[in-house]
Amino acid sequence: MNDIIVENLNLWYDKFHALENVSMKINDKKITAIIGPSGCGKSTLLRVFNRMNDLIETVRMEGKIIIDDENILSPETDLVALRKKVGMVFQRPNPFPLSVYKNITFGLEIHGINSEDSFDNIVENSLKSVLLWDDLKDKLKKSALELSLEQQQRLCIARLVAVKPEILLMDEPCSALDPVSTARIEELMIELKKNYSIVIVTHNMQQAARVSDFTAFMYLGELIEYNDTNNIFTRPEKKQTEDYLTGRYG
Amino acid sequence: MNKIGKVKEFFIEKLIVICGSLSIIFVILIFIFLAREGLTFFKYESIKDFIFGRNWYPLSNPARFGVLPLILGSVMVTLGAMAISIPLGVACAFYIAEIVNPKMKDILKTGIELLAAIPSVVIGFVGMVTLVPMVKKIFHLPTGLTALSGSIMLAFMAMPTIVSIAEDAITAVPKRYKEAALALGATHWQAIYKVILVAAAPGIFAAIMLGIGRVIGETMAVMMITGNAAVIPHTLLEPVRTLTATIAAEMGEAIRGSNHYYALYAVGIILFIITFVINFIADIFLHRIKK
Repeated sequence: MNDIIVENLNLWYDKFHALENVSMKINDKKITAIIGPSGCGKSTLLRVFNRMNDLIETVRMEGKIIIDDENILSPETDLVALRKKVGMVFQRPNPFPLSVYKNITFGLEIHGINSEDSFDNIVENSLKSVLLWDDLKDKLKKSALELSLEQQQRLCIARLVAVKPEILLMDEPCSALDPVSTARIEELMIELKKNYSIVIVTHNMQQAARVSDFTAFMYLGELIEYNDTNNIFTRPEKKQTEDYLTGRYG
Repeated sequence: MNKIGKVKEFFIEKLIVICGSLSIIFVILIFIFLAREGLTFFKYESIKDFIFGRNWYPLSNPARFGVLPLILGSVMVTLGAMAISIPLGVACAFYIAEIVNPKMKDILKTGIELLAAIPSVVIGFVGMVTLVPMVKKIFHLPTGLTALSGSIMLAFMAMPTIVSIAEDAITAVPKRYKEAALALGATHWQAIYKVILVAAAPGIFAAIMLGIGRVIGETMAVMMITGNAAVIPHTLLEPVRTLTATIAAEMGEAIRGSNHYYALYAVGIILFIITFVINFIADIFLHRIKK
């Protein structure tokens, strides 16, 4: 089971209390959306799940996050193994300045994966899983930077798929894309849900409503409401949630 | 605008144009002078004998102007200096750009740039007093004035250029590449050598070329510590003489208008071509980064 269980999570950047007492359970093989106004801590929360916040020196965390029966906030956590298990897609597509092929084999190389599958097969399957294979099968040697933004973002997802993660974190994955590309990435997310648990941070409430099964609303570092997406959007329990969804602030 | 203002504007504009074109004209004049004096030499001697001649005896009778030992001397000292300064310089650039904390980064960067400000004669003097006796003792040589001593001191002179420009290139690599690598589970080292090094490669290469340019044109330090023997060198542990040192050492005694005098200008042309090509290559790579 690849649930993520968050217990009393607090996070500070220096003196700034960015996450306050967040507790939630993110379900396996579902899409969970985190929404809220800018600066509410949604990206911070997402980045806790693969410890990317560790790159910021002043960060301090308390509480527990349990993935596969392990508290990933403990100092003994193997970050390499954690990040292999919990992959991340960023706001701006960030393929490496390498060929398409090398972008996908990068993860295999750094983790020293010697599967029976040849690299060629893994590249093919990874690209197929993000529906890029037909477009790119003759362009594997081409630099990834020459692709369209949508293709780049798909490639970034394919790059994760190649190392067989369990959880995919997506930090506003469509904010750099046009509406048509956005719709296609959303379709892809629903397709990927069969195999992965997905957590997505989004500014776009319609996107959350369209793709997610569960939605969490955050405000000023606190988790205000967390429920079935249908319930959140049709019958929010808290006034703050309702005000945000109806566009009164945010 | 009133009349005085217009006149003022006119003169200032012209003044700037004159200053700008003068600097270009001077460079062209120097080049023409170099070409004229140098090419005169080939009226009297064949190019082939000059470039492939193995003996440089400008004062014997008949004089021999084979520049091969000097070219090999320059090449050997430069290669030696590169073998030392490239690995150290690039590693140092990565250390400053990626590993050290911001406070220390400022100190190191300023320190490295200060190193570039040391006059080469001082570097040569320090090398003569400290390094030369050490090389002599360690390798049991009759003299410590060798290509190796020159290489080591020149490596010090190339290092500030290499470190400073390579560090800029590394810092200019977008943070998102590193973030992507780390998020995939790469260690810091893997992110450095598999992603950042690749992305910064053109800039690092340009840094190396500019470092080479500095080394090959350097005169004072090599003249003081390489021994100045114009013979074809076989190992780094022999005295050599470089193209630059030859010009500096002999220009004073060459009679103006003599073959010797023109031969030194011909050596100058060779040096000019070498540095021009190196800077040109560096430039191509620096432009590639800007795109």
